[in-house]
Amino acid sequence: MSPVQHTVLAANEASEHRPLIITLFALFVVATLFITVWAGRQTKSAADFYAGGRQFSAFQNGLAVSGDYMSAASFLGIAGAIALFGYDGFLYSIGFLVAWLVALLLVAEPLRNSGRYTMGDVLAYRMRQRPVRTAAGTSTIVVSIFYLLAQMAGAGVLVSLLLGITSDFGKVLIVALVGILMIVYVSIGGMKGTTWVQMVKAVLLIGGTILITFLVLLKFNFNISDLLGTAAENSGKGAAFLEPGLQYGATGTSKLDFISLGIALVLGTAGLPHILIRFYTVPNAKAARKSVNWAIGIIGAFYLMTIALGFGAAALISQDEIIASNPSGNTAAPLLALHLGGIDSAWGAILLATISAVAFATILAVVAGLTLASSSSFAHDIYANVIRKGQATGEEEVRAARWATVFIGIVSIALGALARDLNVAGLVALAFAVAASANLPTILYSLFWKRFTTQGALWSIYGGLIVAVGLVLFSPVVSGDPKAMFPNVDFAWFPLKNPGIISIPFGFLMGWLGTILSKEEPDTGKYAELEVRSLTGTGAH
Amino acid sequence: MATDAPPPSNTEHRLPSTEEFVEVQNSAEFGELRRSYRSFAFPLTVGFIAWYLLYVLLSNYAGGFMGSKLFGNVNVAFVFGIAQFVTTFLIAWWYSRHAAAKLDPKAEAIKSQMEGRA
Repeated sequence: MSPVQHTVLAANEASEHRPLIITLFALFVVATLFITVWAGRQTKSAADFYAGGRQFSAFQNGLAVSGDYMSAASFLGIAGAIALFGYDGFLYSIGFLVAWLVALLLVAEPLRNSGRYTMGDVLAYRMRQRPVRTAAGTSTIVVSIFYLLAQMAGAGVLVSLLLGITSDFGKVLIVALVGILMIVYVSIGGMKGTTWVQMVKAVLLIGGTILITFLVLLKFNFNISDLLGTAAENSGKGAAFLEPGLQYGATGTSKLDFISLGIALVLGTAGLPHILIRFYTVPNAKAARKSVNWAIGIIGAFYLMTIALGFGAAALISQDEIIASNPSGNTAAPLLALHLGGIDSAWGAILLATISAVAFATILAVVAGLTLASSSSFAHDIYANVIRKGQATGEEEVRAARWATVFIGIVSIALGALARDLNVAGLVALAFAVAASANLPTILYSLFWKRFTTQGALWSIYGGLIVAVGLVLFSPVVSGDPKAMFPNVDFAWFPLKNPGIISIPFGFLMGWLGTILSKEEPDTGKYAELEVRSLTGTGAH
Repeated sequence: MATDAPPPSNTEHRLPSTEEFVEVQNSAEFGELRRSYRSFAFPLTVGFIAWYLLYVLLSNYAGGFMGSKLFGNVNVAFVFGIAQFVTTFLIAWWYSRHAAAKLDPKAEAIKSQMEGRA
């Protein structure tokens, strides 16, 4: 059977079983809305809204962190990247996991000990509040919105494929539906509701991935070498499929891009605001450490299974069929499910529907986490501490956060509708690069460098932010490339798709330069407070 | 929580004063806690980042070596990738063991002393 026929079959199969897919989607939505309303009833104080009352156990939070972290980019994107580019796609899995050690060793515990609700709490601790909180809020919202756009666009791709919606109006409607759901989750359920949604999603995602991995391995009698060999052969690229270089090895520039991506992946995680605020949901730093350990275990197991997902798809599905379904391979995982069950059988359809529902749940849970991070930062950093100068009551803050959620939701729907056909991978990599350039240097300097000043913090946040976003704007992600956002114009003078290799060192450099050129003396008393609190947990609540 | 004003009064715990924090920061006990944390976490961070970058650089510039087959279709690159997983798990376990044995008791002692005094 020719690849084209295969694709048509897959699409028909999907449309025949559309009621099943819709039922599973609806089931997840109803269950999570129920959780949200239940959580909303228990959300009264600011600590409830921002931090879920700080009463989650280390295991629960580890699960929720995993649910917050493993986005559509991980599940659909990595499976697709491995299915198309073989070994090079695996770099994402490794970078996304190793990155957790930065969070574990340097950030999670001090943050839990010295902050309260947002990343800005720690960044602004020793500094002049208003300028630093404005900067922290700005970078939180920029990182979260880029990440949000990628998820929204991913939802559009996935749902339109599965439900056969191809009209522009239909896609906009899907983006709007996702946006409305996330507004409801976050504004009603707060951190508590979001956490439970993320836990449910993590269990579904891990369960679905284990099932697919098991079925793939079963096909190859649990012989990994056999799986890899078949994938290499079926890909048409032979042994090169199992070696680094297919995607990034072509030229010196693309090799540099590979390094840039690698650095952004490993340093980005510990600067992602939606991940950082999760550490406030546990009672103390010890529980924060344990939840990172749980997350490393869960996320590590998941990324190991992406080998089976990606190489399994490459081994069992033709390259033409994967590309015909989605040029970036984003639908390789659902297609694999269909093939494993048998494309003509009910099992195939059920597996496809299940995996698609899991992917949908994945997107919704991540989107909720991102919205919560940005609306918390708006309410706590910008509204309460900049506009109201620290005089707002908890009740006023929560009200501001709920309104911010609605506002950010609407902005994301509008941008998501515009971005529905854009390249999603670029947006996620950008979010990681911005987080590593603007947030991580400031977090590390704040916690560990005695001399660090307000000017240093501002230069490193804005410097990292502007250079990272600016370089992407002039990169092949945005223009001058057939796969770019604007393929018909060319203002791309920066050759790399990922800005990390320049913007991350620049963020660190600006923090250092801003500090040594600073006229004001560092606040040593405040640093004593921050350092002692961050290492001992004195006064943490 | 820090604001420009003195610590807000609506927090559940009264924080020790800045002077007390400075005093503790300069104390021998805290110095030991800081040393014990930094001398473990900082070199380990440099180590795992170097190990990861080695992997990235070898993938880029040592294709022949990474592509050499070890057994069946499993090559050096694949084993190297899996090794990154294994070292990540091991480092997480090792740091947590160090923290529980060496850092937590010291941190706990300083915290209870400071909060008792406050």
